[in-house]
Amino acid sequence: MTSSFDLNASFAALADPTRRAILARLALGEATVNELAQPFEMTQPAISQHLKVLEEAGLIVQRVDGTRRPRRLAKAGIDAMDQWLAMLRKALEKNYDRLDAVLATMEPNSKRKRQ
Amino acid sequence: MNTMTTTKMTLKTEGDTHIVVTRHFAASPEAVYRAHTDPKIIQKWLLGPEGWTMPVCINEARPGGKFRYEWTNKKGQGFFVTGEFVELQPYSKIVHIERMHLPDPTPDNHVETRFEPDGSGTLMTMRMTLPDAQTRAAMLATGMEHGMEASYVRLESMI
Repeated sequence: MTSSFDLNASFAALADPTRRAILARLALGEATVNELAQPFEMTQPAISQHLKVLEEAGLIVQRVDGTRRPRRLAKAGIDAMDQWLAMLRKALEKNYDRLDAVLATMEPNSKRKRQ
Repeated sequence: MNTMTTTKMTLKTEGDTHIVVTRHFAASPEAVYRAHTDPKIIQKWLLGPEGWTMPVCINEARPGGKFRYEWTNKKGQGFFVTGEFVELQPYSKIVHIERMHLPDPTPDNHVETRFEPDGSGTLMTMRMTLPDAQTRAAMLATGMEHGMEASYVRLESMI
């Protein structure tokens, strides 16, 4: 993580569901404003505004390809996606830890490990 | 620094549309299967992050049967999941379709959960299939919204 990575701006950028969805889309590969606007039923200027916020937060970068300006995840954006995945993982892990405790009470006759 | 402690559970994406979760349990496939189909038991563990409860848990565990889970937290926030069972093979397999309501329904998530004997316990393999890559990516992002709040709290304590 670079020292210029602004955690605060990054979290603010992630607070919006459309911006999270844009990041989720870019996790699949780079995309142009047009391609990003399609599934959201939003105008291009609206999407561009979201992209600007994500860019300023250091979560995405753009590349010049002729007249196209495809966006892709920056390192910080990839970290953010990983963090989200880790959160889902954590929620499931929490469920299954609770299930362990429930299962322990369901099978009183099963072998008990000696501690 | 808190490093990976989730050695017991694996969560990975597969192909463009799948998410596969595996977890070992120190109980028989029958017990683990029952914990996934008996509403009274489901209410005790299928709660996600700390602070959420499931006041409504309807589960008709038979082919074609419906289920509905409603979650809420102390702030009065909430959401629910509805779905239908496609196939039930006691105590080895559950196939169901589910969608989250936020409140608009998300695209259908097709879920196959298998329970296999694994040593003296059970290996659970849950395989989710989303309609397309975009939906899967969006779902991963949605599932993480809950965690966002915890992150904010953590962030606040850091500043």
